[in-house]
Amino acid sequence: MTEAVIEVAIIFIKVVVLGFILFSLPLPLTWIERKIAGHIQVRLGPFRVGPHGILQPFADMVKMLFKEDVIPEQADRFLFRVAPIISMVPVFMVFVAIPFGESWTIPFINKEVTLYVADMNVGLLYILAISGVAVYGIILGGWASNSKYALLGGLRSSAQMISYEVALTFACIGVVMLASSLNLIDIVKTQTGGLTNWNVFYLPVGPLWFIIFFIAGLAEINRIPFDLPEDEGTLAAGFHVEYSGIRFAYFMLAEYIAMVSMSVLAVVLFFGGWDDPTGLGFLPPIVWFLLKVGFFIYLFMWIRFTLPRYRYDQLMSIGWKILIPLSLLNILVTGWMII
Amino acid sequence: MFEQLLFILFSVAAIGSALAVVTMRNPVYCAVSLVVCLFQVAGLFMLLRSPFLAVVQVFIYVGAVMVLFLFAIMLLDMKQIRFERLFSARSWVPYAVLAGIAIEFLAVIYGGGIDALMRVSSTEAVEVKTFGKVLFTEYLLPFEVVSILLLVAMVGAIVMVKRSKG
Repeated sequence: MTEAVIEVAIIFIKVVVLGFILFSLPLPLTWIERKIAGHIQVRLGPFRVGPHGILQPFADMVKMLFKEDVIPEQADRFLFRVAPIISMVPVFMVFVAIPFGESWTIPFINKEVTLYVADMNVGLLYILAISGVAVYGIILGGWASNSKYALLGGLRSSAQMISYEVALTFACIGVVMLASSLNLIDIVKTQTGGLTNWNVFYLPVGPLWFIIFFIAGLAEINRIPFDLPEDEGTLAAGFHVEYSGIRFAYFMLAEYIAMVSMSVLAVVLFFGGWDDPTGLGFLPPIVWFLLKVGFFIYLFMWIRFTLPRYRYDQLMSIGWKILIPLSLLNILVTGWMII
Repeated sequence: MFEQLLFILFSVAAIGSALAVVTMRNPVYCAVSLVVCLFQVAGLFMLLRSPFLAVVQVFIYVGAVMVLFLFAIMLLDMKQIRFERLFSARSWVPYAVLAGIAIEFLAVIYGGGIDALMRVSSTEAVEVKTFGKVLFTEYLLPFEVVSILLLVAMVGAIVMVKRSKG
């Protein structure tokens, strides 16, 4: 009985810690993003609040909390209120299945705990399915605002999501074929033992898997060059144009967490997870994991301030005419190689 | 005990949201109710120890099919269009169809057809591997027939759109 209670308590603690980390993660990330933007565009970025503007996110948070929560008169009040929450919940749910390492022994009491909440047989499929649900927040938010810009943002988002989800899933199939498992821990285990075992270096198809995955992932989390749903140039701010205050903050939070989850997925599927590329073991595996994830988060930000945005028809033709046929071909070649 | 409770929870929510799908006036709310219903069914699959089916249910129906439904509803702005009544309330046709489906279900359940389905499920979680193996050996023919059927439907839809355009 006590065993079971301890197990449940451990799961509970893990979920609370993970939730707390994820909720506070956008604070440093917004600051980093604005700093990177500043330095790429040869300016300083936030500089006033605290040394080097490091307290800027807290100032923003206070501003968001105290802003008036405006609901347009013609809006569908129920869906307008629910939409930000719908977009936020799935991105948190994704992290239930993500492994951050194998296990860790708590010092002093010598109790070994696993560094994941749930070890799922269908982990990868679960993550892809749940992250696809987040689009409902954008679609319903866009529709419920009852404004032309927001509706167009929602429409674009639904079409974009459908098109790129196919490519994203196909890019993952190669990895699944190689590991012959949908379990993320198994997928990482097949990649241990140095750089050459990482899926991205599974020549010649590995790099192509990763490129397709990365492009489709960019589109999936609505980042530049594929941020058509919130295209400032033509749609004002797209689906969240009518949102203010804390509800707007929810959308932003969801977007940042989605970026983190996409980075984590890239690391787990293609870059060996917590595998140490040097093989020397001077850093613990979890540090390697976080370093790799941090690199991908930086890459997403770097791309945002380097590339221009695609046009909507270009977006569709890239998805359907290039990425999907290419990923199908890739699956075929992978199949041959494995046989 | 706990499982029973979950089953009741999921089933009640599934039936409630399914009723909402057919009774709601606003098509967007109908679609949202259907999404809720599909999630409940995924929960039921989970209780039947089939996480793969549950996840695929969410992936295909919630993640793709319903997004397209909403896309169509929003694109056509169906708020303005009132649903045409297919049958008037006094007509016997819908009742006859419902009765027919009910009889069919009862025949499957009591005619032993359900046993064949139960054979696959067990107390242990069904692995993806076993699932795939059964699908590609024992049930290969039905699987291929369904694939062809879907292909035909897709081609048919494209042909219809092309014809109406000119």
